[in-house]
Amino acid sequence: MARKSTTQRVVVSTIGAWLFGFLIFFPILWMVLASFKTELEAFAIPPSFLFFHWTTENYATVQERSDYVLHAMNSIIIAGGSTLIALLIAIPAAWSMAFSPTKRTKDILLWMLSTKMMPPVGVLVPIYLIYKSFGLLDSRIGLVFILCLGNLPIVIWMLFTYFKEIPRDILEAARMDGATIGRELVYVLTPMAIPGLASTLLLNLILAWNEAFWTLNLSTSNAAPLTTFIASYSSPEGLFWAKLSAASTLAIAPILVLGWFSQKQLVRGLTFGAVK
Amino acid sequence: MATRQTQFLARALLTPAVGLLFIWMIVPLALTLYFSTLHYSLLDPGSESFVGLENFRYFLTDPAFLASLQNTLVLVGSVLALTILLGIPLALLLDQPVVGRNFVRLMVIAPFFVMPTVSALVWKNLLMHPVSGLFAWLAKLVGLTPVDWFNNVPLLSVILIVAWQWLPFATLILLTALQSLDEEQKEAAEMDGASAVSTFIYITLPHLARPITVVILIETIFLLTVFAEIFVTTGGGPGLQTTNIAFLIYSQALIQFDVGSASAGGLVAVVIANIVAFFLVRIVGRNLEA
Repeated sequence: MARKSTTQRVVVSTIGAWLFGFLIFFPILWMVLASFKTELEAFAIPPSFLFFHWTTENYATVQERSDYVLHAMNSIIIAGGSTLIALLIAIPAAWSMAFSPTKRTKDILLWMLSTKMMPPVGVLVPIYLIYKSFGLLDSRIGLVFILCLGNLPIVIWMLFTYFKEIPRDILEAARMDGATIGRELVYVLTPMAIPGLASTLLLNLILAWNEAFWTLNLSTSNAAPLTTFIASYSSPEGLFWAKLSAASTLAIAPILVLGWFSQKQLVRGLTFGAVK
Repeated sequence: MATRQTQFLARALLTPAVGLLFIWMIVPLALTLYFSTLHYSLLDPGSESFVGLENFRYFLTDPAFLASLQNTLVLVGSVLALTILLGIPLALLLDQPVVGRNFVRLMVIAPFFVMPTVSALVWKNLLMHPVSGLFAWLAKLVGLTPVDWFNNVPLLSVILIVAWQWLPFATLILLTALQSLDEEQKEAAEMDGASAVSTFIYITLPHLARPITVVILIETIFLLTVFAEIFVTTGGGPGLQTTNIAFLIYSQALIQFDVGSASAGGLVAVVIANIVAFFLVRIVGRNLEA
């Protein structure tokens, strides 16, 4: 029983939605366009929207002048590493809370959530000093570690809500058929858990990739991921708009694609299951 | 037998996560608490001495604290208002029959995936630059004087950038909630001759109350600690005009190297965040069947 949608209504809402959507997306589009302009054109008034001399030289320059590949690798290692380690710690924990809950499970879950509420700036000083004395400043391993802990509560929460949805009858059926715990894990539970695992992985890759408090404060050059690298364009003498745009486009493109794939899980992950 | 074994296994699986999070929460927090009672400057090593609550007195009576508290509240409040007031109509619009809805959705949520340093610098330079920015050109086109965004209205500039980043989040959550609204209820209202406005006020809005609360609480948690956008655009200035609590603590710690005072500030930030967290945890907890 769909509501009757008159042609007029569809036309009006379509135009409205496209207009609104285009306005919101415009800064990103504008940045991508600028990345294909020369520096002079990127700065020119009146601006040229499409009919400029398209060039890819900025992308080449970004790599030549600053080791873009190094920073991209740092981002991949830091985001990927912290997510994978968090998953390794979180899977058993979420598993245990979803399948053999105790009286305290709810309290533990809420306590974990509350650790995520702690503002990072509240512990900036001790973390900075600890990192300094252990030589972890500007190191990839240090960033992997801190982003892993920072996102661990979200990872556990997301996995818990997914595992919770696996029907328990199936487990019992498998047990009745004589499956051992090992077989139960490999043949019954894992296939059912994979979609949840995949979306948890995706969302946390995105969060770690874009994390810009710890990365800005704890890395300067060698371990600097793209967030820190892009921030180096903020110096007044470095007003190279076309190159800034090229570097930025490269930095956000992979994560934008991942993000578009994971938009449904995003709501669930970021609201801790409060909105589904 | 089997159950005892399972229970043991379950506890063993849970322990690493709980242990790590516990250490992660307790050790830095205890250190912050400890440092906050010391006179401790990195510029003057070896001069650490116990000063009791002196750092708190210093931090809380510092005019910079009041200014940054005010900036924090204005920033959080304005971004919340903007994202919700724009997010509701946008979600309602996307809930309508729209040709190419999936594509529009992609455009709308894209800003959320852009790293904060990129969005801040793109807005600051490409859009808000007083001479060559797109906004300046648009203003001249309609005969207005271009606004010198980051010099004349620095806090508003930061607010606009942050609101742009969070509008997709609010919209997406409200849209998800709208899609779970019972269509039949709305149809019944329509058949009873309810106008679109009263359907919205009496059916849709109450249904959105909970998701709106969730948006407010979660955004507040993140907005209280906005940092990167300020770091790359204004550096807290001009003067203290865009310094929020997070940035103030950062500058005391890593620019002035005053560990004691920054730690006291850090604890103040923790207390403020906890007030919000208290309500969020309760709402989430009510919804949790564990």
